[in-house]
Amino acid sequence: MTDSPATPERITGAQALIRSLEHENVDLIFGYPGGCILPAYDPLMDSPIRHILVRHEQGAGHAAEGYAHVSGKPGVAMVTSGPAATNLVTPLMDAFMDSIPMVAITGQVPTAAIGSDAFQECDTVGITRSCTKHNELVLSADEIPMAIRQAFHIATTGRPGPTLVDIPKDALTNEMEWYWPTDEEVQASLPGYRPNTKGHPRMIKEAANLILASERPIVYAGGGILKARAAEALRELVELIDAHVVTTLMARGAFPDEHPLCLGMPGMHGNATAITAMQQSDLLITLGARFDDRITGKVDAFAPEAKIIHVDIDPAEQGKVRRPDVPIVGDANYVILEIIREIKVLLQGGARQADTGAWKSKISGWREQFPMTYEPSEPGGLLKPQYCIEQLNKYAPEGTIVASGVGQHQMYTSQYWKFNDPYTWVNSGGLGTMGFSIPAAIGAKAAMPDRTVWAVDGDGCFQMTATELVTATLEKLPIKVALLNNSFLGMVRQWQEMFYDERYSSVFLDSANVPNFVMMAESMGCVGILVESPEEVGPAIERANSINDRTVVVEFRTDATEGVFPMVPAGASNSDLILHPTQSDPTRALQPELKPIDTKLKDAH
Amino acid sequence: MSRTRDVSGARTANTYSTNMNHHILSVLVQNRPGVLARVAGLFARRGYNIFSLAVAPAEEEGRSRITIVVDLDSAPLEQITKQLFKLIDVIKISELDPSRSVERELLIATVKAAGPKLADVSTLAEIFEGKIIAVAEDLVTVSLEGHPDKLDDFEDLLGRHGIVELQRTGRVALPKLDRSSRHRSTH
Repeated sequence: MTDSPATPERITGAQALIRSLEHENVDLIFGYPGGCILPAYDPLMDSPIRHILVRHEQGAGHAAEGYAHVSGKPGVAMVTSGPAATNLVTPLMDAFMDSIPMVAITGQVPTAAIGSDAFQECDTVGITRSCTKHNELVLSADEIPMAIRQAFHIATTGRPGPTLVDIPKDALTNEMEWYWPTDEEVQASLPGYRPNTKGHPRMIKEAANLILASERPIVYAGGGILKARAAEALRELVELIDAHVVTTLMARGAFPDEHPLCLGMPGMHGNATAITAMQQSDLLITLGARFDDRITGKVDAFAPEAKIIHVDIDPAEQGKVRRPDVPIVGDANYVILEIIREIKVLLQGGARQADTGAWKSKISGWREQFPMTYEPSEPGGLLKPQYCIEQLNKYAPEGTIVASGVGQHQMYTSQYWKFNDPYTWVNSGGLGTMGFSIPAAIGAKAAMPDRTVWAVDGDGCFQMTATELVTATLEKLPIKVALLNNSFLGMVRQWQEMFYDERYSSVFLDSANVPNFVMMAESMGCVGILVESPEEVGPAIERANSINDRTVVVEFRTDATEGVFPMVPAGASNSDLILHPTQSDPTRALQPELKPIDTKLKDAH
Repeated sequence: MSRTRDVSGARTANTYSTNMNHHILSVLVQNRPGVLARVAGLFARRGYNIFSLAVAPAEEEGRSRITIVVDLDSAPLEQITKQLFKLIDVIKISELDPSRSVERELLIATVKAAGPKLADVSTLAEIFEGKIIAVAEDLVTVSLEGHPDKLDDFEDLLGRHGIVELQRTGRVALPKLDRSSRHRSTH
């Protein structure tokens, strides 16, 4: 889009900023005004862009992330200088870790005051340098359109991520001659930024050959599938090669849980089959995943016999953790389609896929023997969190989006919710940001107002960001919150139980007594519902689902002694997973078959 | 274990330049505010060690060249270059193989040189083709430009006189010219 009026139009930097955002097709901004960003809030009043006024800048950042998660469009957060900018640091880092496209705009003190420790001054670009994909301090009004174009271009291309534009107050108030840079001008201004989207043809051929030769293949699908909008291509590949898929925490929904080839989540709290299938496979077809420590467990012991095909748009992910046999740098959608084409060519040329029958029956044996399990609660006892998630899932309307905080409730949700559609799961994977769910759910609801959005939260997380329920009420973004209240920081409690001799240090929140969550919810204009017994669970959820004009908070009183299982303790091998206490593996079916010891190797260590 | 160089203590010759775990990266960047902080911040954040660093404007306007000597005990070179290349302002990275590059560095040092010792220092500077750039009653400041190995030797010998202050620039390097290529040496 190019604007070239016959006579140059003089407007303020603030007007140029808002107009630039309009040109980038921004339909809403999450923000909070203040001193230095004030000039930008004036032209915003005359813009079609909707501004959602949050109650804390961190909320603006996470809401922008939630918006981006479900819409695929960059989320925009706009706040003032100093403390507002520092309050954005957590969401920026969160977006950076999870590759979420997001553009942050921060006010800055006037250029003449920069470096003088002025009121509400901080070194925003310095502070956010290591938690953004790129950031920029604009020094004059003229630079604003280009800086905004660059920020959106960088945030949304290659490996997506957050960008930040820091704008001093005088750059907003000064006048400039309006112009809108062309694509070519943007490219020319970024000579060092040329993300590679096309995979190397020779590597793609090699991948196709490896796939056909594999007797124990596993498709390891990560969040990159969703970023590349490659869910359909993934399904086509999986069905063509008839291989099982694991979907990481960031990829839940990228492949339907209902599909017979879906094994669900691997990793520290993955299910036994997904973990063991990766561990014993001979080929990991890695698509947009990064061998995170929560997936691999002890890296040296991870999938020891597997060859690795690694498709990632970020070259730095290749070989960062595990050396790939076939590295492919490119866009996951493009590369998957190319691999499919190549496999078809090979099959038409008479190639035959290796027999995966024995492997498949091994996998179905594990699935039968080690299903996800928990014991129902005792009569009169506290609710089982897993049961609450199952019931939420059971009553959820079609297309429901689920956002979660971080901790046990997050793992239960990922484990027990059946995700069948992409972009229905919003969570903080890499950074593990407690308090993520409520603002992220608000952002998701703003992007998809017709969808039901459930935020699954814990009592710890809820108390970090619950103030944003005021935003949900006043901005008419009615979300639903399932608050699993077990009175503890559950995940930390579980680790203290398992690894610190049940010495519970600073994890008891006493949240069955204080605060009163129902009153708290009602004080913020929400409907509050308390659920204490299993027979109340279904009706309460149905009631919550029927209320669509107000935010609903359903508090479930859950059992703190319940733990998240299976579990691979931090630093342990994935072969040493701990099953749910009610499960056992007497035949050692999950253990790798013993092999003759390589004496040379043994001596070497 | 500290990997920083101990300049004050006794140091055997050549640990500086010929350490096999040091590699030279020549990084062409957009000359924009904060670019050095981005590069240095990346090294700090990912736990990579910079051994020496030199930065100045390059031949093309708006570009700078950063010569970084990296310590590979901290990370594989491949990971370092890939992470560096993710910085938007980084345009090009070349790894310079010491056998196929020319390296230069500048050293200036003030050493003790009371009375007859001045002649010793002066001779030493002459042998190394260095320069005396300032003389005081019992001190002398010398400079030497050359290959970092040569600077190491010079520094060691100066040490016997007692170094008061010393500053080296960190190395700069360019690929060695191929004898058959002419276009590069025309100007």
